Formats: sequence, structure tokens, C-alpha cells
Amino acid sequence: MTNMPFYVSPEQLMKDRADFARKGIARGRSVVVLSYDGGIAFVAENPSRSLHKVSEIYDRIAFAAVGKYNEFENLRVAGVRYADLRGYSYDRSDVAARGLANAYAQTLGTVFTQESKPYEVEIVVAEVGRTPDSDQIYRLTYDGSVADEHGFVAMGGAADPIDAALQERWTEALTLGDALALAVELLGKDPTGNGGDRQLTADQLEVAVLDRNRPRRTFRRIAGPLLDRLLSPVDPTSDVPHTDDASPGHHDVLTGDSAREQSTNPQTQRTEPGPGNEGGPGA
Amino acid sequence: MTDRSGRRLSDAFLASGSSSFTEFVAAHDPGLLPSRRPLPVGTTLDAPHGTTIVTVTYAGGVVMAGDRRATMGNLIANRDMEKVFIADEYSAVGIAGTAGIAIELVRLFQVELEHYEKIEGALMSLEGKANRLASMIRSNLGLAMQGLSVVPMFAGYDLHDNVGRIFSYDVTGGCYEEHDHHSVGSGSLFARGSMKKTWRPGLDRSGAVEVAVEALYDAADDDSATGGPDVSRRIWPTVACLDPDGAVFLLQDDVAAVVEGVVAARTGNPGGAR
Repeated sequence: MTNMPFYVSPEQLMKDRADFARKGIARGRSVVVLSYDGGIAFVAENPSRSLHKVSEIYDRIAFAAVGKYNEFENLRVAGVRYADLRGYSYDRSDVAARGLANAYAQTLGTVFTQESKPYEVEIVVAEVGRTPDSDQIYRLTYDGSVADEHGFVAMGGAADPIDAALQERWTEALTLGDALALAVELLGKDPTGNGGDRQLTADQLEVAVLDRNRPRRTFRRIAGPLLDRLLSPVDPTSDVPHTDDASPGHHDVLTGDSAREQSTNPQTQRTEPGPGNEGGPGA
Repeated sequence: MTDRSGRRLSDAFLASGSSSFTEFVAAHDPGLLPSRRPLPVGTTLDAPHGTTIVTVTYAGGVVMAGDRRATMGNLIANRDMEKVFIADEYSAVGIAGTAGIAIELVRLFQVELEHYEKIEGALMSLEGKANRLASMIRSNLGLAMQGLSVVPMFAGYDLHDNVGRIFSYDVTGGCYEEHDHHSVGSGSLFARGSMKKTWRPGLDRSGAVEVAVEALYDAADDDSATGGPDVSRRIWPTVACLDPDGAVFLLQDDVAAVVEGVVAARTGNPGGAR
């Protein structure tokens, strides 16, 4: 009679699953998402150039995640599909982070209770508004709970001390340079507090922004000399340039090597210059 | 649309392996694709048709221009329709044929390219884009056989070879690369004749814009379905330029200056002989 099933209380079952997911998430490096005066910045400790933790979902929406790569990659692709389908069947302006966060929450919640193993992920869905007041940052955990965060989120292995430090030091008026310096300093802190702090360099970091002042697609990765300049305490650069790189290629990477004469950021329809049309619809 | 907020994402969203938006929509909600909608057999209907698109290469890029007229039989259905669309950072598509379906295909194509770019984290090659468009036209064959055909022209800046390239299509989805210049639509015969005489190798961008605008003038001169310069309403052709700096629409004022130059040069010299 060794196969006789044990009775496991629902409380114990959920607790075991939550512990399992938390352990998986805690193994990874942290990600910090924080607002700055011109948008929302994403900073991840990630030595890989190609396996991203931060990605574009739609014009004004981005995604950041920690945990198991294959699981959050799956969710990222689902998010891009959700947003593109909604934008295609309604209008680009009808794609909002709130709807996507809800869909993610339902998905994570269903997987947590019904599948044999919960997703070991924690994700942030952020949408940059026309004004700082309308920025939205949603944090979703492995069990499908959603939190509407104001200003900043830290998640991953050593998130609690980073979160506590951000509570004290984050302000709305940070420039991008200051926000990145703060995030990088906190990501390098030794979570045990034993003084083993590390100074993270640009090649260990994945940095991206949702730049409030760009038309249409606002997501830009920051790399190369531009990232060095933003992180350098002596260099005066404190924001991303308003035009894209001149070197042909993927428009979403800004390296600061050289700038285009004008930002193309292709508009699918021609926008006639006119009153009230400079910043796109609703500006 | 079957997904509503408050419900989990269905399996089609979470399926792995495809970076094509069209394939995803076909699996999730095929009714959104023009090619998956059943039509009554043996009927034809009058729908607005787009007319002439011209494309001209120059040193370091390519220009695509289109007139603004849509016709329905002998009527002008729309006099300021846009028929040249920027598809992504380095490509544009111009449409001739049934306007409603063509515009839907262009929207789908735009999402398809951006979707691929976001999911793969890389730009699709220019041939890749041309082939994706070909497969969309191919899937439209059923509609084409009932008179709702779409014939686009695709142009883009090739980041590998650093040249502007032109691709034309037929209703069955055949995709052909064209050299130097090309035109599609009802006025294309006259536009091609015009460009043969005015185009020369090594044009710069403003020279190419002039060749394109003059070709549209010649098309409108002999084809009633192609809109000529509408001076009283100040409706000018749509002109898109594609070069290493990306794809941009020329400003209306700049196009107006070119059109007015062409009209002035033709006054008293209707054939444009030089």
C-alpha cells in the first residue's frame, strides 16, 4: 500500500508551489525598473547581448522579467502577439498596459493553480504616458497577483534591499543619468551587507528606456559609448539623444556613435504637421 | 476577437516557434485575414480601385510616388487617398487594385514586419520582406479571381548591398525584382514610357523625385483613372524616400514645388520634349 495518496491541504499545496517559484526566481540576477524625468528606464544585470530580460512590446509598452528564461520568453512573445493583434483589429492607441497586465495575471494565475508546476518568473509591464502622471508600471508575480507600482520596481534575487534603498532615494525628478547611476549602484550592492559591493560595468548591463518624447515607438536599448557616457559621473550626458543612430540597422539601439539628421521612426501614415499634431495623437 | 481582458491568454498566444503575425492570426482568429473570409461565388462588385504607383532608384536609395485618385467605374471615388505606405524603417509599399483589400493587406504587412522585428530582435532581410508580401498576395488569389485583385509594388533599401531595390508582383503572388525604375497600375504604361526617357543612372534624390512626379504627370495625361496635379485643391502626389537614414515621406510643400515646376515646364510644351 505504498502508493496510497496522502492528503495535502490546499494551504500546504499553495505554499509549496509558492516556495518552489520563489526559490527559482531568487537564483537569478535582479532587474530594476524606474521612472525618470523623460520616461521609464530598465536596468538589468545581464552579460548576454542576445538573450534579453527587457524587451519592447508595443509603441509605449515594454516588458522586463526575471526567472526562467524559457518561461518569460514565452510570456513576452504572447504579449507581443496580444498587443499586435489588438492594435491591428482596433487601433494603435487602443493597446494599453492594463489590459496586457490583466491577461498576464490570468495566465499566471491559471498556471499556478492548475499546471503541474508554476512559472518561476516575475515580470513588469510598463507603459510610458504623455505626462509622468500617466506612466503605469505593473508588477506581476508567479501566482498571478498584480501590483500597480508608483515610480520604481525591483525584482529578482536580491530585490528587497534594493527596494528599500529605492524607497529612500528615488525621486520623480531624476534625470536618466542619475536614475541609471542609482540603479547600477544598487544592483551591485552585496545583499548580505558584508561590504562585498561590486562596480558593474556597461558590458554587464542591459539598459533600455521608454522615451516619453519620441513619436510612435518609444522603446530604445542603450549600448556602446552612449551608455558609458550616461554612467560616467564626470560626463555631462544625462539623457538619450532625440534622434536615432545614423549607422543603418536596427533602429531600437542607441549607441551615440553618430546621429541621424532627423528621427524617422516610421509613421505608418503620413502625419501632417499642424497644431496639436507635434507629439502624436492626444498630445 | 475572442480574447477579452480578464481571461487567460489562449494556447495560440503561448505557442512557440512562429514569429509571423499572419500565421498567429490564422491560428487564433482567421476571420481577421482577408483571404480567410468566404465570398459568394460568381458575383462581382464595383469597389474603389487605386491607380498608378511609380518607383525610381537613385544613387543611394529609392523613391516611391503615387497619385491620389481612387476610381469606381467612371467615377472618382476618392481624390486624396494615400496609396504609398511606409512598411517599416527601410521599406515602402505602393498599392494598385481594389483599395479596401489592398489597404488591409498593407496594414497586415506592416504589423507582420514589426512583429517579426520585435519577436526575433532583428530586422528581416529585404528579400524576406518581399517574399512575405508575395505570400500574402498569393493567399488573396481567391478574391483576385472574383475581381478583387491587389497588385502592390515593394521598394526598400538593402542594408547588405547598400542599394535601393524594387520588387513587383502579379496577382498570383509572383515576385520579380525590377531594375532602375518601375510602375504599376492603370497608368503604368505611360509612366514607364516617361521614365524610360527621363531616368538616367546616377540621379540624386531630388532628380529621382522629379522623374517620379513627371512620370505621374504623363500617366495622368493619358489615363483617366490617374489623378493629375490638383492645383485648386492643392492635392499633390505622395512621395516616400528610402535611404540609409530610413524611410520618410516628403513634405507636401516640397512635393508642391516639384509638381509646380513640372506643370510650368509643360506649359506650351505638353509632351515635355527637351
